[in-house]
Amino acid sequence: MAVQQVADAPAGLRGRSARHRRSWTGWRFVGPFMAVFALVFLAPIGYSIYLSLYRNRLIGGNSFVGLDNYTQALQDPQFWTGVGRVGLFLVVQVPIMLFIALLVALAIDSGRLYGSAFFRVTIFLPYAVPAVVATLMWGFMYSNQFGLIGNINDALNVKLPEPLSANLALASIGNIVTWEFVGYNMLIFYSALRVVPTSLYESAELDGAGQFRIITAIKLPAIRGALMIATIFSIIGSFQLFSEPIIMRPLARNVFTTDYTPNMYAYSLSFAGQQYNYAATVAIIMGVITMVVAYVVQLRGTREK
Amino acid sequence: MTTAVQNPRRTPTPRRRRRGRQRNLTLTLLTALMALYTLIPLTWLVINATKTQEGLLDSFGLWFASDKFALWDNIRQTLTYDDGVFLRWLGNTVLYVVVGAGGATLLATLGGYGLAKFDFVGKRAVFATVIGAVAVPGTALAVPTFLMFSKMGLTNTPWSVIIPSLVSPFGLYLMWTFSAQAIPDEMLEAARIDGASEFRTFFRISVPLLGPGIVTVLLFTVVATWNNYFLPLIMLKDPSWYPLTIGLNSWNDQAQTVGGQAVFNLVITGSLLTILPLLAAFLFLQRYWQSGLAAGSVKE
Repeated sequence: MAVQQVADAPAGLRGRSARHRRSWTGWRFVGPFMAVFALVFLAPIGYSIYLSLYRNRLIGGNSFVGLDNYTQALQDPQFWTGVGRVGLFLVVQVPIMLFIALLVALAIDSGRLYGSAFFRVTIFLPYAVPAVVATLMWGFMYSNQFGLIGNINDALNVKLPEPLSANLALASIGNIVTWEFVGYNMLIFYSALRVVPTSLYESAELDGAGQFRIITAIKLPAIRGALMIATIFSIIGSFQLFSEPIIMRPLARNVFTTDYTPNMYAYSLSFAGQQYNYAATVAIIMGVITMVVAYVVQLRGTREK
Repeated sequence: MTTAVQNPRRTPTPRRRRRGRQRNLTLTLLTALMALYTLIPLTWLVINATKTQEGLLDSFGLWFASDKFALWDNIRQTLTYDDGVFLRWLGNTVLYVVVGAGGATLLATLGGYGLAKFDFVGKRAVFATVIGAVAVPGTALAVPTFLMFSKMGLTNTPWSVIIPSLVSPFGLYLMWTFSAQAIPDEMLEAARIDGASEFRTFFRISVPLLGPGIVTVLLFTVVATWNNYFLPLIMLKDPSWYPLTIGLNSWNDQAQTVGGQAVFNLVITGSLLTILPLLAAFLFLQRYWQSGLAAGSVKE
């Protein structure tokens, strides 16, 4: 993914160093990485494809079933409900998060803030907080028992909507994920803005362009690579949604069901249900969906150039 | 701060421009709202780490409990509860981080350097495979990895957490771009002409030039390993191998089990102790990771 940006970047692929030493020497450096990579990336991918083609029955044992598991998964309402949920999460949460991140990055880069270094570091900090801790904290605050919502209800004698009710649960997760990653994305955008040649802004200003025009005509096109990378990472992250709902599950078991997201579904299939073959199938389909969506977004992004 | 890696022609101008700008109060206040949003949960955590289990229930969330300032008690209890299992988890986490993130950084540095500075048979295949595999959701690999490791007898051992942590495709990519920019080919040529071996050249000449890149990759792999949840969750059954993340969550779940004791004050204090080292590392090493990010992830 992000092949275009990535392929353009490393000069070594075509650079001057490419001319000499066409030999096996490079493998002595790349070899160790690739060996572990093969063990923890390639082998599991191969193994899950193998698993997805078999089925384990109590009677008859392990047998080859072709694409039966795939047919079953494609008609499985539990699976598709989860896909729909992370899809909704993706189209709502990701744009909001990236938009806020972009606004903050533009504000910090504009040089018009007091204490911009403080803001840059502070807003980035949640990235260093483990998803477990972030979810536990927000979960406590959401809860009625001794959370902030309960406090506010008591103090003002009102009844705020419950963040963990069925209607709001996904939004509450969206808030946690936004809190965790808005700063990380902000920093990616900010780093990209830093290397835009400022002579461009100066001449635009001399020509009488306003700030808004400078942002849309110069800054945004200049950081489109960063925007693309952040979007694709966020898409992958959304489809993998797992830690936040599963950690909050004890707070609302009826809301965060074991098939709340496709990942939770695959997890409970294998570790509660011992259905490893079907779980592998679900995981592969999710992987394919992720790659297709990321690829389409990437294609659209490149075409709009 | 990023001079080593950015296009040198560009760097001086932004500084001058930025200093001359007029500051804007409204924009600052709006950004401050965002900072407030960031800080409220962290403030909540610090304040509530000072409360007893009872204090948590009957005091306002964003202010201290009136009865007792229990922070030191909580820390002592957290460290000694259940025969000091928290310290055991901390030790496990440090082990996973040192071997996992340290190893990942070493492999990424060697690999990135190899890709940037050598032309070798199969290089394009390496590139295509790594990029392609990154798009595969990590959690999709978890189940098959678990089954493989279980056949190899590795599950429920530290290796099951450490080995998958050793690969950081993002780190490889970052070190690749970084090596391509930071190490002049002429220097390597000169060393080769002097007869230095490739590995000697790497450690004596290249590693010092790669400093900021290495710190960045190290910091990000440390965060990934320290914060890892899914992988240890499926790989480990024995609580004595848990890292902090799994351990804290098991304390939290304890209140739900029949006859389990609610220890939310310890969950909260433990969470605070868990995030402090990483927050400190990010604050103290800002200079490095900010320049490293600027160099790597965001090339146009």
